[in-house]
Formats: sequence, C-alpha cells, structure tokens
Amino acid sequence: MPDLLIELFSEEIPARMQARARADLQRLVTDGLVEAGLTYASAGAFSTPRRLVLAVEGLSAESPTLREERKGPKADAPEKAIEGFLRATGLTRDQLETREDKKGAVLFATITRPGRPAPRIVAEVLDAAIRNFPWPKSMRWGTGSLRWVRPLHSILCLLTTEVGAEVVPLDVDGIASGATTRGHRFMAPDEITVTGFDDYAAKLRAAKVMLDPAERAEHIWNDATNRAFAQGLEVVEDRGLLEEVAGLVEWPVVLMGAIGEKFLTLPPEVLQTSMKEHQKFFSVRNPKTGRIEKFVTVANRETADDGATILAGNLKVLSARLSDARFFWENDLRTVGAGGLEDMAAGLSKVTFHNKLGSQADRIARIEAMAHEIAPLVGADPDLAAQAARVAKADLRSEMVGEFPELQGIMGGYYARAEGLPDAVANACKAHYQPLGPSDDVPADPVSVAVALADKLDTLTGFWAIDEKPTGSKDPFALRRAALGVIRLLLGNGVNFNLLPAFVGRFGSWLHQGVAREVVAAADDEGQLRKLYDYVSDKIPPVDPDHFGRIASAHWLSELEGTQFGDLSEFVSAAERLENKAAALSVDLLSFFHDRLKVHLRDAGIRHDVIDACLAMQGSDDLTLLVKRAEALSATLATEDGANLIQGFKRANNILTQAEEKDGVEYSFGADPKFAEGPEETALFTALDAADAAIAPALQAEDFPTAMAAMANLRAPIDAFFEAVQINSDNQILRRNRLNLLSRIRSTCLQVADLTRIEG
Amino acid sequence: MAETTIPPRSFQEILMRLQSYWGAQGCAVLQPYDMEVGAGTFHPATTLRALGPRPWAAAYIQPSRRPTDGRYGENPNRMQHYYQFQVLIKPSPPDLQALYLGSLRAIGIDMDLHDIRFVEDDWESPTLGAWGLGWEVWCDGMEVSQFTYFQQVGGHDCHPVSGELTYGLERLAMYVLGIDHVMDMPFNDPDSPIPLSYGDVFRQTEREYSRWNFDQADTAMLLKHFEDAEAECERILTAPEADSAGRRIVMAHPAYDQCIKASHLFNLLDARGVISVTERQAYIGRVRALAKKCADAFLTTEAGGAEVRT
Repeated sequence: MPDLLIELFSEEIPARMQARARADLQRLVTDGLVEAGLTYASAGAFSTPRRLVLAVEGLSAESPTLREERKGPKADAPEKAIEGFLRATGLTRDQLETREDKKGAVLFATITRPGRPAPRIVAEVLDAAIRNFPWPKSMRWGTGSLRWVRPLHSILCLLTTEVGAEVVPLDVDGIASGATTRGHRFMAPDEITVTGFDDYAAKLRAAKVMLDPAERAEHIWNDATNRAFAQGLEVVEDRGLLEEVAGLVEWPVVLMGAIGEKFLTLPPEVLQTSMKEHQKFFSVRNPKTGRIEKFVTVANRETADDGATILAGNLKVLSARLSDARFFWENDLRTVGAGGLEDMAAGLSKVTFHNKLGSQADRIARIEAMAHEIAPLVGADPDLAAQAARVAKADLRSEMVGEFPELQGIMGGYYARAEGLPDAVANACKAHYQPLGPSDDVPADPVSVAVALADKLDTLTGFWAIDEKPTGSKDPFALRRAALGVIRLLLGNGVNFNLLPAFVGRFGSWLHQGVAREVVAAADDEGQLRKLYDYVSDKIPPVDPDHFGRIASAHWLSELEGTQFGDLSEFVSAAERLENKAAALSVDLLSFFHDRLKVHLRDAGIRHDVIDACLAMQGSDDLTLLVKRAEALSATLATEDGANLIQGFKRANNILTQAEEKDGVEYSFGADPKFAEGPEETALFTALDAADAAIAPALQAEDFPTAMAAMANLRAPIDAFFEAVQINSDNQILRRNRLNLLSRIRSTCLQVADLTRIEG
Repeated sequence: MAETTIPPRSFQEILMRLQSYWGAQGCAVLQPYDMEVGAGTFHPATTLRALGPRPWAAAYIQPSRRPTDGRYGENPNRMQHYYQFQVLIKPSPPDLQALYLGSLRAIGIDMDLHDIRFVEDDWESPTLGAWGLGWEVWCDGMEVSQFTYFQQVGGHDCHPVSGELTYGLERLAMYVLGIDHVMDMPFNDPDSPIPLSYGDVFRQTEREYSRWNFDQADTAMLLKHFEDAEAECERILTAPEADSAGRRIVMAHPAYDQCIKASHLFNLLDARGVISVTERQAYIGRVRALAKKCADAFLTTEAGGAEVRT
C-alpha cells in the first residue's frame, strides 16, 4: 500500500486562510481519490506560511476493475438498433453474447472497466484540486492564467512504497511535479529532495521548518508561558492570536520584552489592543497588579545575537505605537476634563448613523428618551439612565476609539470615571452594548439594563420603520442579535415589560411627526392648522417631537403622497391609515421577537408547541411572563399527572366542541352540582371548585407552577368522571348540565396556556 | 557585495542605492513624474504601463503629497510631502521576492540579524479602480514596503500581471539609520562640508504647506479647478482620433494628467474639511471614472499594445 505526499509550495499564504485551506486540500484530494475507486487508511493536512501539505497513508495501488453487464436488443433486431447498442457499449458484434430470453434470443454486452494505477488517478485529482481550489481570494501572476492564493512555485507529489519513492508526474500551468522542496527562507534556503512523509518532515525540521501548525502553536505557547512564569508573570490567553502567529512563522522563536515605564499608566485594554492589532504581540500581565508589563513577540528565525536586534527593532516600533496611543489617551482625557463626555458627544451630530435614521446624535437622543421611560421598569433611576444614555456612545468621538474601534465602550468607561461620573453611568458605557452574542454576559446593573434595552429597541424599531428587516441569511444591521439581546436582558433580569405598547408608542410618534408636517403643508390658515394638529396630538401622543419627526417623516410621508388635504375628514383618514400601519408594524416586530424567543427557548429545551400554547394567552408581549408560563407548563407536562391531564382536557374539549357545533349553542351557563348523579360527578365539581380557588390567587401572583399544580390535581377526578359517567345522557337536563361541566373543565384548564395547542 | 554591506550614512545614500540596485536588475530608472500625486502608483509609468501586454520594468523615486497628513513638521514621521520608491515589473518575475530582499541587503539590512516577514495586505485604490494581492513587508515588526501583484487597473484585468513594490522611504531610512524623528535624519552625508538634515530641507516647507492645506487653500477655486480638470479630461478623450494632418493620435497621457490633477485637488479639498462623508464617495467615483476612461484610451494606443494602423 503506497503512501502519498503532496506539498504545494508558494509565496506567503495569509495566516487567516491556512486552516480552511488545509481542510479543503484534504477534502478535495481524498474525495477525488475515493470517487475514482481508490481507498486509503488515513490522511492529514499541514501548513506553514509557504506550504500546504497533505499526507495520505495506505492508499490502494490501483482502482479495481469493474464489470458491467448490459442488456441489448433482440438478436434479430434491425441492424440499426444493434449498431446503436455497439456504439453505446464500445464493443464489436463478436464481443456480444446471445442469451435465450422468454421472448427469444437477446444480445448482452459485458463492459469491463479496467482498474487504473494510483499515480494516474492522483495526478488527475491533484490537477483538478489545484485548479478549482476554493481560496477566499486568489490571484494570477506573471504571464500565467492559473489562480492561487499567491504565486505557486513548486509541486511535490510522491507515492512511496517499500520499494522506493516515485514522483507522480503532473504539470499544472507549467509547474511540473517533483520530489524537491526548500527549507526556511533565510536559514536553510537550499533545495531538499525527499522520499516520503517521514523523511520530508525530518528534513524540513533540520532545515528549520516546523511543519505542523499545532506543534508551532504549542511551542509558542509553552515557551511564552514558561518565560513569563519564570518572572512571576502570566501571558494573556488569546487563541485567535496564537493561531494567527503560528501561521506567520515556519520556525517560531519566542522573544519577551518590557513595555516602557511611561506607557504602563495606559489602560491594560489599550496596551493589549495596540500590541495585538498592530504587531501581533501577546500581552504579559503581572497577576498581582493586573497590569500589562511585558510582551511576547514571535520571530521567524534564530540569529547569532539571540534575537537582540529583532527585539530592539520591535521595541522601537512598539514605542512609536504606544506613543501614539498615549497621545490619544492624554488628548481624550484633556477633552473630557474640559467639557466632559457630553461635550465629546457633541460631534456625533455630524456622524451619520443611517441615512434614513439620522445622525448618531439623533439616535442617542432617542435612546435617552427611551431609557428614561424604561428605567422605572428595571429599577433604575430615570435621570441616571438618561445621563448614561447621553454619554454611553460619546467615546465614538474619542481619538482612541477612532484608532481602535474595538475599544468602544471600554474607553467611555475610563473617561466617565476620569470625569467623576457615577459608577452606574461609567459601567453603562461598556455594558449597554451587551450582550454582544449568545455567550456574552448580560448586564445586571439597572442603569446599564435600561440603556442596553433602549439602545437595542431603538435599533429594532428604527430599522422596522424603514423596512430594513432581516431576510434569510441577510441581517446587515445584526437585528436578530439585537432582539436576542433584548430577550436575554428581560429574562436575565426578570423584567416585566409590555413590548407592544412600547412599539406602538414609538411607531406612532414617528407617524405623528410625519402627519403633523403634512398638516402644516396642507392647512391654509392658522386656525385650521391648530385644529388639525390638536386632533392628531390627541390621537397619538408625541414621545419626543424634537427628534423622531425629522428622522422618520421623510420615509413615512411617502405613505401620504398624492393625498390632498382638503378637509378634516381626508386628513383623519390619512392619519388613521398611518395609525393602522403603526399597529401592523408593531405586531410584526413582536412576532419577530417571538420567533427569536422560540429559538432561544428551544435551546433551553422547551418545545415549540408549549411556547405556542403560551403565546396564545393575553400579555404575550411581556416575554418574562411568557417564559414563566412556558416553564411551568413544560415542567407540568413532564409529570405523569400533567401528561394525562392534557388527555383528559382534550377529551372534554372534543366532546364539548362537537356538541356545541351540533346543538349550535355554547355551553357556558355554569353547571349545577345538584344534578350530579354519582360520586365521580360530585367529586369533579368539588375538585374544580378547589382548583379554581387555588388557581385564581396563584395567577394573581403570576405563580404559574402553583396554578399548573392545582390543574394537574384535576387529572384523577377527570379520569374517574369519564370512566363512570355518560355525557350524552338521554335525559336532556343531565346532558346539558354535564356539557356545562365540561365547559368548566375547559375554562379552568385554559387559564395558564391554551392547552388545545399542545401536541400528542 | 562588500560595498553594500557597509551601512548607509544618509537619506540620499539609501535613495541612490535603491536606484542603482534596481537599475542593475534591469529596470529603467525613471525620474519622478512632474505633477502632484498622492503616491508613486499614480505615475503613468505604473498606472498606465501596468495595462496591456507589453513588458515593462521601471524604478523611480516619486515625491508624494497627502495634504491631510501634514503636521507642521512636528510629528516624528507624518508629513504632507514625502518620498516613495516605486518598482514596477511586468510580467512579474518568478523571483521577485528574492529580488526585493536583495534590495534590502543593498541598503544595509543584514538578513542574518533581522526578521523579515511577508504579512497579508491586499491593496486597493478606489480612485484608480485598481486592486491587487500581496503583503506588507515587516522588518522586525515594522512595515518597510508594500508588495503587490496587480490584478486590475482602471477596471481592466492585468494580463500579464505586474509586480509592484513601494517603499516608504523616510520610514525605511529612519529605521536603517536609527533615527527617531524624521527631521533629525541626515539628508546628505553627515561629514559633508555642509551637512544637511531632513529638517533643514523640509521643516520650513512642511509648516508652510500645512497652513495652506488646512487653512488657506481657496476651496471655491479648488472646486472649480477640479471641475475644469474633469471636463478637460473628458474633452481630450472625446476629441477625434485623427489630428488636423490626419494622424491617429489618442491622447491618453494628457488626459491622465487631468485625472491626476483632479485626484490631487480632491485631496486638497478633503484636507480643507469641505467634503462630507457622503460626498467623499461621489468625488472618488468621479476620479475613478476618469482613470477608467484614461485606461480605456491607453489600451487603444501602441504603448498599450493595440495594433495601430498608420
């Protein structure tokens, strides 16, 4: 069984593309080999900045010979039909076999596809893999037409057996395969001839190339942590950076240096970001103080001076970079010292957030208004929440965030503290962006929660209002993430918040502004104007007239285009049309939330029918309440009583529904216990009374588990009742009373969720 | 070889060594283009000559102007006027990386002591409608050059592909000479009878141009000049191909001069802060439209590889 070794040797492959390229090479080649009939025992792919490598072990030496039998026309068929069959099978007449069939003599062809030697298959498969390689970005070079990520220089392709190694001959756009490669660009640039994978890996190591990226990463990490540990320090873990750095070197040499004293006062996040983004340095922290004091850089070579020149050069670049950072930091502190963060935020009126949604300053004003409004619901001081909203995005105008956008919020926190703003305000600068993803922390500080909710709700209502909703996989404004953020903020903090009125209010106020402007244009005199304006103001109370109108009206007004406002009635109908649109949009946005909530709860193990059952209830725009219901119902369904209760309920409901349809009446007059006949029927009356008595106060307290437990207690009496009692009695009085009793079961059981929606 | 390992002593020595190195590699050593440009790429020896099938190899120094980078001569490495060294070879030779490393050796960088790295950095010029793939080259963590394989210029695919090298000369020289502030860098040999620093040559001009760029340039006039350049470019390109004597002469280069002018005028307007974020894109689009038309025109000329009837 031969082993296959492939190396595609090129100019430097971007580090970020290497992991996928390894997987793609392995997939393309092994899939191709298997499709051509070869088998293999195992395969592994490797990469360095200059090479992409695949090793396949235990490859079959040739593909198997395949025989296929094909039935043809009758032996006495017209000549034309037989000729066609010969053409299709590629055989001659005398190679066909005649067999007796029920219908007479029939021709049969046996087509043999001879096996092919592995080298020919490998050459074809590799040629196709190179030509069709799915690089995220590829290029041409020189006079050629081949595309690769950077110029491809050589192809090593070897099949190795006990007998020896054989080059698989192929030529891709003038690049012929061979058995040679090169070592490290500077430390061992000469050509190396290899005979197989082990020989290749060993010779490369001798030529200062560590082939396996995982080994390089491990080497870097071990060496870095050991050096740091020896000085009582620790390396700040960063897996993404480690993988990137391992993709930038063939022979990693770890060097550690100290950050200049004058830079140590910079916030650790600034040091870390600057060093990582610009120079791909690891940060080294003093665990006692939490300060970043040193750095680790990874060189790609050994030198006679043990890296002294390299380290000195890197230090110099670092120094220049950190001088810039310190310059930004000091300038920002000066700005904040002079006029505070609110002053810094002033320039945001010139920064466009979205051309239909206004500037960042407009957006902040909206968030401020909403945070002020939401604050009491989340236990925050409204004025503090408003203040936090005003300054939370101010750092977008800071020089530091201009240079390092990823420090948004973090810098705001530092500057807020420097200004002496309350902790709750400073914390909100970073926290109001959170949660940033499904695994990010949810803020708990009430002021942060208020601003975070307002920020996300403003984004969602804003983009909904201008018809920029996510479609399919397209969600350029990350609205799904914003909705999930709202859901996690509400649930995580147990906030009861009715979304629907908030949406209606928001959309309505935008409409109000749009309409109001139209009134101004339409009214001929002051008196009429005042009258119309008052009418609208009365119908749709403005939330914040200064901001919404300017922003939304341009979009909304398209709804009113072509309308002549001759009199009040035309105006009223236009206003109503817009009001209806606001209502429809609010419902649409709420259902977007419900969809996100379903995904969120499914991950938490709650079935979709359970959620549907709860969504059908009043107040389903309070997500915290909704989830409490769903959890209680889900827990009850998991018990035997709960599962059987559903069966009993459904039976009662079915009988009742059928009877109601047949009789054309609704049996909701209340059953009378005096018509109860047997003990089972009496017991059900008693049980329902007991259940109702327990459920009502539980619902009042939103204690759904207690309500569900009381409901589950009905299971035994309901089962016993159905066992013993015939509903459709000949006695019409008894029948009606029993149907009214079933109606009581239904109304009692529908108090927490719509159980008719439960499946099974 | 021994000569090149002696460390250079001045800014001009580094410039001269780069010129003689690339001259020795067979490049035509050209002179700077005699117009204000933002980067060496704008020189027609790069922009236009990267187009079409005819082989090309040129190296030149190009003074470059970026009005928004002016710092009144006070910043250690930011200026509104600086030098780039530019190499363009078409088709890109297979050993271009090795040739490039040779140029670093030539200016005194010892490969055995330094860590040279090719770090992904794709290049794009929205004003020229051009892009390519390549790297920024790092020497001990500092970016010393830009290395690009041109894929498209003026909206046209490059066939063959040119290899382009751009050295930011001040930064590279400061590194090689061990200087922290650009104005302190020796321009000529420090042992000359009259030693001159970079600051002796450029501090005064940096101050003057910074003031003009940021505060004084007449924006109404610049705007008019922009529109004039744009109109003239279009006019030149739509002129009849035959002149009064019946000769077919497509004026791609004169038109491209107007495109360069428009681009620089846009940069000046930008530095004066009179171009809003949304307008920016529109201006860039207007310059790109000119560059594209010039590229189209160049490809119809003999230098652009077209079969020209006489």
